[in-house]
Amino acid sequence: MTPLLSVQGVTKRYGAHIGCADVSFDLYPGEVMGIVGESGSGKSTLLNCLAGHQPPDGGQVVFDTRADGPRDTVRMSEPERRMLGRTDWAFVHQHARDGLRMGVSAGGNVGERLMAVGARYYGDIRHKATDWLARVEIDESRIDDRPTTFSGGMQQRLQIARNLVTGPRLVFMDEPTGGLDVSVQARLLDLLRGLVRDMGLSAIIVTHDLAVVRLLADRLMVMKSGHVVESGLTDQVLDDPQHAYSQLLVSSVLQV
Amino acid sequence: MTDYNFAYLDEQTKRMIRRAILKGLAIPGYQVPFASREMPMPYGWGTGGVQVSAAVLTPEDTFKVIDQGADDTTNAVSIRSFFERTAQVATTTATAEATVIQTRHRIPEAALTEGQILVYQVPIPEPLRFLEPRESETRKMHELEEYGLMHVKLYEDIARHGHIATSYAYPVKVEARYVMDPSPIPKFDNPKLGHMAAIQLFGAGREQRIYALPPYTQVVSLDFEDHPFEASKADHPCGMCGANDSYLDEVIIDDAGGRMFVCSDTDHCEARQAQGHRGKDAA
Repeated sequence: MTPLLSVQGVTKRYGAHIGCADVSFDLYPGEVMGIVGESGSGKSTLLNCLAGHQPPDGGQVVFDTRADGPRDTVRMSEPERRMLGRTDWAFVHQHARDGLRMGVSAGGNVGERLMAVGARYYGDIRHKATDWLARVEIDESRIDDRPTTFSGGMQQRLQIARNLVTGPRLVFMDEPTGGLDVSVQARLLDLLRGLVRDMGLSAIIVTHDLAVVRLLADRLMVMKSGHVVESGLTDQVLDDPQHAYSQLLVSSVLQV
Repeated sequence: MTDYNFAYLDEQTKRMIRRAILKGLAIPGYQVPFASREMPMPYGWGTGGVQVSAAVLTPEDTFKVIDQGADDTTNAVSIRSFFERTAQVATTTATAEATVIQTRHRIPEAALTEGQILVYQVPIPEPLRFLEPRESETRKMHELEEYGLMHVKLYEDIARHGHIATSYAYPVKVEARYVMDPSPIPKFDNPKLGHMAAIQLFGAGREQRIYALPPYTQVVSLDFEDHPFEASKADHPCGMCGANDSYLDEVIIDDAGGRMFVCSDTDHCEARQAQGHRGKDAA
């Protein structure tokens, strides 16, 4: 089986400072990969390099495209990469405001990706938007309201709907539950888990919340100072951490 | 008055503007940056249009200026007298006699011919401006032909009003490539943009952009398949000349709700009245 995403030796430096160094892994279709680590450990840098938001200084990010099979997205032309960014890829930002158009109604937000890939039939776009709002548990009557009138959790769910409407195969998530209170977090995680399983999505989730990866991720990478210090099955890493930093991370979680 | 160079601007500036115009004509709909000069009028009064007119005027030209279709409004009168003083060109109000027509917010009703140049005053040349505030990003979107966002605006219109409520500055696609802001002309005028015999030049002074449509260019107004583009006007005949096919201004005539509709193109209306056409409000 070809991996959906094959990452080899991705390195990003900020001058003399290391963003992330020599990261390699394979992600297979339907698999969810978690990346955990403390602030400044290079999680978000890595995610941005993988999603094409930042050019890495070295390494390959090979994506199994629908049309041409495995292609290195780092060396791909920009139009092709941006096309991937609005068809097969999705990016869920930590702050919904970064991923939404706050001046555009919820329906318009969901419809934007459809129109970006050429949908020109208003009735269809509207129908799909309604359908997706229902799937992320936003009431249909809110379709013409702006996201500014939504709560934080609703904004995050709207961002997810907007990203998944074109049926992507790979979702990048940067702290999808950050900044939400715990009960809203729980609902969002439930929703995400359902969507990932139903649609057979592959996902890469960056977070510092171990509960999130325990629930969603099949495999886990632990990062520290730009390097991957441990990786393996989620339960294995969390229940039997080998590296000193992973042990510290696991033992730092407060028990209620 | 001979203290000014012909048409106010110095020759090097006119050369620079002509280069931008030629580039714009070569790439229809593409916004060409140019070094806009300070003009003796405030921004928003047609500094871009005036610079383009100055660059294309020759001593043999006949010049016409319209503002919202009218030859006799402040803006039109002052720009006309500006070029009378600085270029000593002949001026006219008759569309057919003019070789260069500078316009604000209208295309003349009479069909333009080859050999005529129509110069538009443009306040905001970037059609994506209010959807995407970053200029770096909108340039990239033009470069990569990513125009999905333009339809988001039309989607919002339909969602809110039940139909496409954008009635002026209606976005168009030029030769199936660039999305262009046609300046704030009413969408009634949009169909005239395409396959026009005259050269159309667009100048935005404050924004420092020039773009152009060469004669007989394909220009398509954006729409949805189930909400097609419609050129709309007030559903009345002109009160002065009785014309049914011209764009109308609504004029309030008393404080008891009285109003009349009259052609916004004054030259068109006067020519029709001279031919004996009369509307219901004509004295």
